[in-house]
Amino acid sequence: MITAGIDMGSKTVKVVILKDDKIIGKAITLAGFEAREAVETAFAAALKDAGISKDDIKTIVATGAGKKNSPYADREITEVGAGSKGATHLYPGARTVIDVGAEEGRAIRCGEGGKVIDFALNEKCAAGAGAFTESMSRALEVPIQDLGELSLRSTQAIPMNAQCAVFAESEVVTLVHLKTPKEDIARAVHDAIASRIVSLARKVGFEPEVVLIGGVAYNVGFVDSLQRALETKVIIPENPEFIGAFGAALAAMED
Amino acid sequence: MAEYWRWKEYNWHDENKDWRSGQLITAGVDVGSVSSQAVVMVDGELYSFSNMRTGSSSPESANAAMSWALENTGMTLDNIGFVIGTGYGRVNVPFSHKAITEIACHARGANFMYGPTVRTVLDMGGQDCKVIRCDDRGKVTAFAMNDKCAAGTGRGMEVFADLLAVPIEDVGALSLDVEVEPPPVSSTCVVFAKSEATGLLREGWPKSKVLAAYCSAMAHRIVTLLVQVGIEKDFAITGGIAKNIGVVKRLCNEIGIESLKTDYDTQIAGALGAALFGQNLLKKKLTQAEV
Repeated sequence: MITAGIDMGSKTVKVVILKDDKIIGKAITLAGFEAREAVETAFAAALKDAGISKDDIKTIVATGAGKKNSPYADREITEVGAGSKGATHLYPGARTVIDVGAEEGRAIRCGEGGKVIDFALNEKCAAGAGAFTESMSRALEVPIQDLGELSLRSTQAIPMNAQCAVFAESEVVTLVHLKTPKEDIARAVHDAIASRIVSLARKVGFEPEVVLIGGVAYNVGFVDSLQRALETKVIIPENPEFIGAFGAALAAMED
Repeated sequence: MAEYWRWKEYNWHDENKDWRSGQLITAGVDVGSVSSQAVVMVDGELYSFSNMRTGSSSPESANAAMSWALENTGMTLDNIGFVIGTGYGRVNVPFSHKAITEIACHARGANFMYGPTVRTVLDMGGQDCKVIRCDDRGKVTAFAMNDKCAAGTGRGMEVFADLLAVPIEDVGALSLDVEVEPPPVSSTCVVFAKSEATGLLREGWPKSKVLAAYCSAMAHRIVTLLVQVGIEKDFAITGGIAKNIGVVKRLCNEIGIESLKTDYDTQIAGALGAALFGQNLLKKKLTQAEV
C-alpha cells in the first residue's frame, strides 16, 4: 500500500511517500506566502523522487500548522499525533518526543505503541522555537547553519536576561558591543531556548528515551544545551524535519 | 538606511525662569531600557528636561541625559540639592543621592502632570508596560507589569515602524486612517506578528490597515493587564506609547474610559516623579540642618 503525509509547517512544507512503511519519496520546500502552491511543488517533487504518480497513492493525510488549507489531503491529524507516531515507529522505546520547529515547540509523553499520554505546546512565543535562533543569528551576524558549531566552542556560560526574542536581540547586540566572545553568546542563545523547551518537557514529566524531531534538531549547539538541561541524551533520527510528515503517512496506512 | 523607529530626542528649559533665585533645586534621572530622561525642578515647577535614547551603558546614559537637561542653563550639578535615580538603570546613576523604583516615580509624576484625581496610571514604556493604582497624593496602592514580552511595549511598536517604513511618530495617526477597523493581528509574539503583517501586505492591505490591526492587538493586550489590576477613574497614560493616538484611542474605546490630557511630555513622568521625591527629601535635609 502506498500512502503520503503532508506536513504544512509555518516555515517549510514536507511531503513523505510511504510504501508499506518504507519511505520511497520525500521533498521539502519553503512555505512562503502561498502555502498551497508550496504543497503542490513539494508533492510533485516527492512523487518524482518516488517515481510514481499521484493516482498510485491510496490515502493522503495532512498535519502541521496549515493542515486545514492543505490540498490533496483526505484527512488531517494533529502535529502531536503525527510527531509521536513517527518518532515511536522508529524508536518503539521512546517515551518522550520533543519537536522543535520554526514557530512551535512541543513535548509529548507517549506510552506503548506511540499512544499520546500528555503533551505541552508553545506556539505563541518565538523564544521557544526555531525563530529565536534565527533572530539571534541575525543579531550576531553569524549564518544560522554555523550557530551550532560556534556555540560548541564556547568556554564559559553567560546568562541571558531577556526571555523575549525581541529583547534578546537587543541584549545580544549589547553583548557583541561589550566584546563578549560570539561563541559564548551563541551558547547563551541555545541555553535560553533549551530552557524554554525543557520547561515544556517538565510539564509533561519527561522520561527516557527522549527523541528530538523537527528542523531545530540539526542545530548541534541547541542539542548540546538541551542534553545538558535535560541531564539525559536525546536520540535524533535521520531527517528529523520529516518525522511529522512520516507520522502522517503512517496514519494514512491505518485507513 | 532610514531608521523609522527613531523617535525625536530633545531637550528643553524654561527661558522665562531664573533658577538662581530658586530655593529648592532637584533632579530626577530615569534610565530606562530604551529611553533616558533627566528632569530639573525649581521650587515645585518644571524647569528643564532632556529625553534621549539609552546607550549601552547606564552611567553614561545618565550623565548624558543630565548634562543635556542642563545645556545652556548655566546650571551645574553642584547647584542641584538632591538627585534621584529611577528606571531600569536607577542604581547606576553616578551622581544620584538615592534610587527609587520607577513604579513609585511614575505614580508621583502622573499625579503632578495630570492632577490629584488620577487613580490609575498606565505607563507604556520601551520594554515594559505597567498598570499602577494610586491615591490622591500619587502614592502607589497596587500595580501589575509585563516586562518579559515585547508585545504591548514600545519596542514592539518600533519593530513595526521599521517593518512598514513608517516614522514611529506617524504610526498612530496613520493607523486611524481606515474606513473599517480590521480584525487585530492574531499573533501575540512580535516576531510572529511581523510575519503575519508581511503576509497581510502581500495580500494587498495598505500600511494603514496593517497598522490598525497591530495597534488594536496591542491595545487589547494592554487592556488584559489593566483588567488584572482594575481600572478606577481618573485614568492617565504615561510613557512613549501615550503619544501613539492609534493605541490610546483603541484602548480607551475598549475600556470605555477616556484618558486625561496633558501638555507635558508623557515620557518624562518617571524622571519628573523622581525630581518631586527629591524635593521632599531636600526639604527634610534642609530642615534637619537648621535644627
